Amino acid sequence: MTGTADNNREGKPQRMPGAAMTEPELDAWFVREVLPLEASLMQFLSRNWQDKSEVEDFCQDVYVKVYETARNDPPKSVRPFVFAIARNLLIDRVRRAQIVPIETAVDLEAMNIAAEEPGAERSAIARDELRNVQTALDHLPRRCREAVMLRKVEGLSLREIAARMGISQNTVHAHLVEGSALLADILYGQKGETRRKA
Amino acid sequence: MTDLRHPNGNEVGKAAEIRNRAAMWIVKRRDHGNWSEADQAELDLWLAESVAHKLAYLRVEAAWQRADRLGALRRPRSLRTRFAPYLKFGGAGLAAATVVGVIYFALPTQNQPTEKRYVTGVGGRETLTLRDGSRVELNTNTILRIAGTGVGRTVWLDKGEAYFQIVHNEAHPFVVHSGNHWVTDLGTKFVVRRNEQTIRVALLEGKARFDMEDSHGSQEAVLNPGDVVVATAEALSVAEHPREALKNELGWRRGLLIFKHATLAEAAAEYNRYNLKKIVIADPRVAGLNINGSLPVNDLSAFTRSIRRFFDLHIEEGPDEIVIKR
Repeated sequence: MTGTADNNREGKPQRMPGAAMTEPELDAWFVREVLPLEASLMQFLSRNWQDKSEVEDFCQDVYVKVYETARNDPPKSVRPFVFAIARNLLIDRVRRAQIVPIETAVDLEAMNIAAEEPGAERSAIARDELRNVQTALDHLPRRCREAVMLRKVEGLSLREIAARMGISQNTVHAHLVEGSALLADILYGQKGETRRKA
Repeated sequence: MTDLRHPNGNEVGKAAEIRNRAAMWIVKRRDHGNWSEADQAELDLWLAESVAHKLAYLRVEAAWQRADRLGALRRPRSLRTRFAPYLKFGGAGLAAATVVGVIYFALPTQNQPTEKRYVTGVGGRETLTLRDGSRVELNTNTILRIAGTGVGRTVWLDKGEAYFQIVHNEAHPFVVHSGNHWVTDLGTKFVVRRNEQTIRVALLEGKARFDMEDSHGSQEAVLNPGDVVVATAEALSVAEHPREALKNELGWRRGLLIFKHATLAEAAAEYNRYNLKKIVIADPRVAGLNINGSLPVNDLSAFTRSIRRFFDLHIEEGPDEIVIKR
């Protein structure tokens, strides 16, 4: 009773000529086209949802819906498609919560225009990837950053990193896990603030 | 998991939890160096459990791959060389440069925002047919990226080995990048293999140009059939190999390892590229034994059966390795 009906109301993706995407194509499409929108999407969601602790889960729901809808019906224009889904999810939640904050309604209307703008995100990625990654690295906790550097810059194995840092391999593993999760938040969400740290 | 509703609001922190789990899988898979089939099966199960799992995995994996870019810091390369007059290294071992006239727009390792990425696991093999009819065959444990922009005739071999049969197009040269090296087809069949330290290019038919660039400038070589280039980050050498040997090397395209007077150590190293279970030669006297023959890449027991029979060796098979001794 939610999602699907709402999505057909507005922002229906245009069907591309040809068949639906295969799974690997869909995965590649998601990484290439959708993930770079995360920073704007998170911003949009947190502007329109009061409980900031729910925004990250919200974003995940948007991704799932985007992925599943695109599977059968690949959109021609990704940004309006993603934001239409986000908007419909928001409307749906607001309705269910039985509260309609005025500023939410206003922003949702304004969003249609914002969604038409060509995404600046992708060109930004292309511009200087190494610098982006280095900047992201600066946001990691110190020991975590050290482990990631030894792995990614020096190409050391977990065992070598453990020896170098004087910690156990399990701790190195934990640092790398934390590092990869945080890098995803920073590289795609841009600002780490809206995210809970690992 | 198509239903997005969270009936009573959200399960707070669910996304973060899934993200952390995805990160755990990625580090285990990409950084531990002991990924097994059982691990893969378990991961597949987790990924199939929900689309949210899959997407979290793709997201963290993409970020972790982007961080590979940091490898560029390992050996700082001055950008000045790009503007300095290129030094040409002629002579010893290098074929004369006869055909030049290709312009490169991108740094060899530049990431394209719309590129496609193809990956094979250990023992995997895959054939890609490109829009222009060119074919690329990926061997075991290989990562190849294809530029999504333009005519898609720029690829990056990040790891492993690939065989290229390129439909020549004067206007759009086909370029294979690997590290700070690149191969430009001039109408060819060639194979590129990337190890940790070296890039090896063997030309089977046609003509290709091999280029490399490091902090000292650039070097290039034009390859003729039978030529094999082996290049490290700093140096390059070209030698002519017998055609028959090169053809045998490509046995993997038919799923075969073809050995002609190979040592047991060489054969074991080849098998180990294709199989998670590793062959370990525990006795140096055994390592130098010579073998001939063609065997399936993934059939370790065929290999162990034959050498046991021919050389009367002792073979111990454990869950992760097969140890060969006298």
